[in-house]
Amino acid sequence: MMPDLGKYAFAVLASYGASVALLAAIVGASLWQRARVKAQLREVEARQEGRDG
Amino acid sequence: MSIWEYANPKKFMASTGWLLPWVWGMAGLCLLVGLIWGYFFTPDDFRQGSTVKIIYLHVPSAMMAINAWVMMLVASLIWLIRRHHVSALAAKAAAPVGLTFTVIALVTGALWGQPMWGTWWAWDPRLTSFLILTLFYLGYIALWQAVENPDTAADLTAVLCLVGSVFALLSRYAVLFWNQGLHQGASLSLDKEENVADVFWFPLLVCIAGFVLLFVALVLMRTRTEIRARRLQALIARERLA
Amino acid sequence: MFLQRGSGRGFGCGRDGWAGFGVAGGAGMWALLIRDLRLAVRAGGGFGLGLAFFLLVAVLVPLGVGPEGDVLGRIAPGILWVGALLACLLSLDRIFALDFEDGSLDLLATAPIPLEGVVAVKALAHWLVTGVPLTLAAPVLGVLLNLPAAGYGWLVLSLALGTPALSVIGAFGAALVVGVKRGGLLLSLLVLPLYVPTLIFGAEAVSRGVAGQAAEVPLLLMTGITLGAAALLPFAAAAAIRINLR
Repeated sequence: MMPDLGKYAFAVLASYGASVALLAAIVGASLWQRARVKAQLREVEARQEGRDG
Repeated sequence: MSIWEYANPKKFMASTGWLLPWVWGMAGLCLLVGLIWGYFFTPDDFRQGSTVKIIYLHVPSAMMAINAWVMMLVASLIWLIRRHHVSALAAKAAAPVGLTFTVIALVTGALWGQPMWGTWWAWDPRLTSFLILTLFYLGYIALWQAVENPDTAADLTAVLCLVGSVFALLSRYAVLFWNQGLHQGASLSLDKEENVADVFWFPLLVCIAGFVLLFVALVLMRTRTEIRARRLQALIARERLA
Repeated sequence: MFLQRGSGRGFGCGRDGWAGFGVAGGAGMWALLIRDLRLAVRAGGGFGLGLAFFLLVAVLVPLGVGPEGDVLGRIAPGILWVGALLACLLSLDRIFALDFEDGSLDLLATAPIPLEGVVAVKALAHWLVTGVPLTLAAPVLGVLLNLPAAGYGWLVLSLALGTPALSVIGAFGAALVVGVKRGGLLLSLLVLPLYVPTLIFGAEAVSRGVAGQAAEVPLLLMTGITLGAAALLPFAAAAAIRINLR
């Protein structure tokens, strides 16, 4: 049951599309940074523990 | 127990660690419910037709674009006054999120304006203010990236945030003075809620809650990443010394 | 001179700083102003470039827009204001960068005059060598742009009252990026949004003057921004310099 958007279909669909894309971009970038920093931190922590202990 | 205990990075990491999945869940739920409700189950406006569905994105993102800056201002003040590192990092983490919301508000506004006003872009006071807000966000983010020493960067960006807030406010009124504009203030703004019919109002409320929660979730997650990055830098520095 | 009297005061204006201020501070500020003006004149045209840039803008815009007099006359107030603003921007990084590189900024920060005063004097020096020439050159360029006769008085008045704000705000931006290598582009990104209110009120005053409407209101609002910026921004700029010198 898609709603009939009438003559404004482009405006509505493009708004939703652009917003979802932008939100996905910031969420994706944040997740990617999180994964990268976490991995690097784990690596450095493991290395230092190995040397200290 | 004082709220400042959460300014301790360790405590912050521990308490947000279990909070974060819940905030993400609630944000996703609210956004899903609000947007599906708004998109599929609301009638068309008799004047604006189906473009009324855009307000479920436009109004919450515009609100959060401004609120994100206010949050950065408060966090900057806390950093300048009480020197809690988490606060400075939270301000840093919030800037790209606020920028994203600002861009969403501008894009949805342009897409809505094209059929309604007959033009993608009008130098309407609100649109212009948001464009200026975008520039403030860009400058703030650029300054964070340009300064190498993290504490110096935190201090400088905090000062910029304070001064920028004053000038952003001045710009807002200067722009109003310059062009009275064609934005429909009343029908979309929240303090005049009687102008929005209930059918549109309730899904809009859910969407606003969703955007607020999404902002909180993103800022918490990005702040945690920043804290980890600081720890990573400290460990690497120690490694070089050893 | 004031530099030899440095009492190693790193933060704020300590008691001894204010005590000697009346004698040494006043003289020190004069000396600093004279020094900055001399450097600007002697150090090879860095500030004269702004004026040349302003002239170029006024020449290039008609080439791009077309020679119709009424079109040019209508956009002249805005073009002249934007041109003056960009010309001012060109020389901003020289306010502190050279002193930072050769270490004299450290000396100034520990001198008996408060750092806020140093910022204010340096902004004043910048205004004297860019804002004042731009203001004086603007009517000549107004002729090139076919500015209607009613606008000249408002143009000179609005630039005279508005360019100090550009220098003070610019000094704040320059203080923020003083430690950043190749900070020129960053400086523009930081400073241009801060220029928005001044630009709007300044250009609006000239436009209203041209149209024969009441131009006093935007002019007064712009003067308010100038005075507020001159009163408060030196403190923010001095804070930024202290952070950068840490």
